[in-house]
Amino acid sequence: MSRNLNILQAISEAMDQKMEQDGRVVLLGEDIGTNGGVFRATDGLLEKFGEDRVFDTPLAESGIVGSAIGLALGGMIPVAEIQFLAFMYPALEQVLSHAARMRFRTRGEYSLPMVIRTPYGAGIRGPELHGESVEAFFVHTPGLKVVVPSTPYDAKGLLVSAIEDPDPVIFLEPTRTYRAFREEVPEALYRVPIGKAKVVQEGRDVSIFAWGSMLQLAISTARQLQVERGYSCEIVDLRSLAPLDRDTIVASVQKTGRALIVQEAHKTAGMASELISLLNDEALVYLKAPIKRVSGFDVPVPFFSVEDDFMPTQARVKQGIVDTMLF
Amino acid sequence: MLMEHGLRDDRLAQGLGFTQFLTPDGGLAKQLDGRMDDSLLLDMYRNMVIARQFDRKAVNLQRQGRLGTYAPFEGQEAAQIGSALAIAKDDWMFPTYRDHAATITRGQSMTTVLLYWAGRLEGGAGTKSLRILPPSVPIATHLLHAVGMAWATKLRKENVVTVGYFGDGASSEGDFHEALNFAGVYHLPIIFICQNNGYAISVPFSKQSASKTISQRASAYDIEGERVDGNDVLAVFDAVSRARERARAGGGPTLIEAVTFRYGAHTTADDPKRYRDQELATDWRAHRDPITRLKRFLEERQLWTEDFEADVMADATARIEQALDEFARYDAPNPLDMFEHVYAEMPWHLKEQAAELERAMEKDGMQP
Repeated sequence: MSRNLNILQAISEAMDQKMEQDGRVVLLGEDIGTNGGVFRATDGLLEKFGEDRVFDTPLAESGIVGSAIGLALGGMIPVAEIQFLAFMYPALEQVLSHAARMRFRTRGEYSLPMVIRTPYGAGIRGPELHGESVEAFFVHTPGLKVVVPSTPYDAKGLLVSAIEDPDPVIFLEPTRTYRAFREEVPEALYRVPIGKAKVVQEGRDVSIFAWGSMLQLAISTARQLQVERGYSCEIVDLRSLAPLDRDTIVASVQKTGRALIVQEAHKTAGMASELISLLNDEALVYLKAPIKRVSGFDVPVPFFSVEDDFMPTQARVKQGIVDTMLF
Repeated sequence: MLMEHGLRDDRLAQGLGFTQFLTPDGGLAKQLDGRMDDSLLLDMYRNMVIARQFDRKAVNLQRQGRLGTYAPFEGQEAAQIGSALAIAKDDWMFPTYRDHAATITRGQSMTTVLLYWAGRLEGGAGTKSLRILPPSVPIATHLLHAVGMAWATKLRKENVVTVGYFGDGASSEGDFHEALNFAGVYHLPIIFICQNNGYAISVPFSKQSASKTISQRASAYDIEGERVDGNDVLAVFDAVSRARERARAGGGPTLIEAVTFRYGAHTTADDPKRYRDQELATDWRAHRDPITRLKRFLEERQLWTEDFEADVMADATARIEQALDEFARYDAPNPLDMFEHVYAEMPWHLKEQAAELERAMEKDGMQP
């Protein structure tokens, strides 16, 4: 049995089903209870599970993440919501100094099974600091897993895996795609494994790597270039940024000999830089052209009157593919 | 200096709600609670002496280069040990890097503490069964973990309390306020224990905060607050015991400010002569020392004898020597251990990096 759900509904269903199955799972965050979350990801869960499972916390991000760490130490499985990714900044000390290190610090005596969910990325005409893509902060930090679903099916399956994971998972939800499209999502509880990329579309000429809201851009651009120039693009959705699925990434480039990375994040020292480095190590001799990246610029994510110009556009992605094809 | 430190004048202290059982000369300021029987008094003394001997030894080991930087606590034994003895085995303890008197009293091995300051990975382990978290180095952040733990025990209907230790500097951090706020909102079984030793490294409390006391912050969060003489082990024990009973009865959190003083440096890498009048330390040691004070009281009650003192010192020496012996017998550290316990399962990139280090550890590290 499956239904057509959008990403938000899929995320909500994952939490609902895991809470039903496991009494240790609790939700905490600002506005997640009565209001059901500013994007409604937790809508109805307070009503269903009560005030001992769903907590409308004080407005304090460090408090949310820090107490989630304590809840996990105490045998619960907290799923914390941070309202927007940049609101995580006050909690970064908790994330980087503690969530990521508790297992290491205690030689494995304590495990922190916890998830921090947060909408991320631009394209929603939000105010300042509502559209950041700083996934690299977390990928750079040993001890964290970083997961980014791009479709409703993956969103549900990956969130279930994240809640069941013994390590802290930063679960980044591409805000722009929350309600952008629907997909068949099984009603039953299922898992999509963390650490596995997905070849969304097979191709021969060039590999395009994307995640989050950039996946849809990659798909639509590839479709156009197929029509306009006959290019056969392979599209890989990374889904998990840490750990990275090296095998799928490398195999794709070994097949196509060309690669383009599309990231919404700032260009310098982002995930794309890491992928280029990885392909340099693992697939250099297969390359027919330098690896290209299309990314956000190295400027603060701007106010929304020029937001679209900051983000990778179809024109820029197209140019990137053509450049690598014609090198 | 009197006002700046806020501690030297008893009348000032009294005016700020300073609870005291033992006066500095060992007399009784208040009648003993029924819970504090002779064996407990002797136990307090024994633990304080042992902790002090350990602390001095650790400073020496640092001077000899056998430990890295160390954070001494001499002078603060009463605050740590009075509180540690007031909680039960199944309560949770969240210490800082300076709370070894508390953790050792609770049963943590001295060897673990030595390993920690020797920079050994093992120094953060071996505490789960004791319900003691490893030392927290960032300031005030662990108070939120204590809050989460107290929250979890409440949700799981376990009738235990959680204690979180911190210093006066931590009371300026945002996480301190978030922790008190969460604890108040969720009415958690938690005790926040501040050892106010007057200085956050070089910054005196008068520059740390415009509040006269730390305990008064409790009222802002509508939780219980109490200021005690932190060099009076009985006062600390009593305040923590009451807070614990209240928490277990559903009475919520308590913030306890134990007013104390550390004689030595912030750490062995620090020189307090740059910012602190050294007479202060001399004065505190001469007139308010927590061990001397209890000793006078025990003498008064004819509980302290030369034989008892000799027994306590022999006990301290034996325990420290045993820890040193265990410490010395530890195998050389294995650098490959750094790759363990980063994740529940080692991911591919760590396996490869471990192999890279392993190759580098062999001879010149080169492969053909």
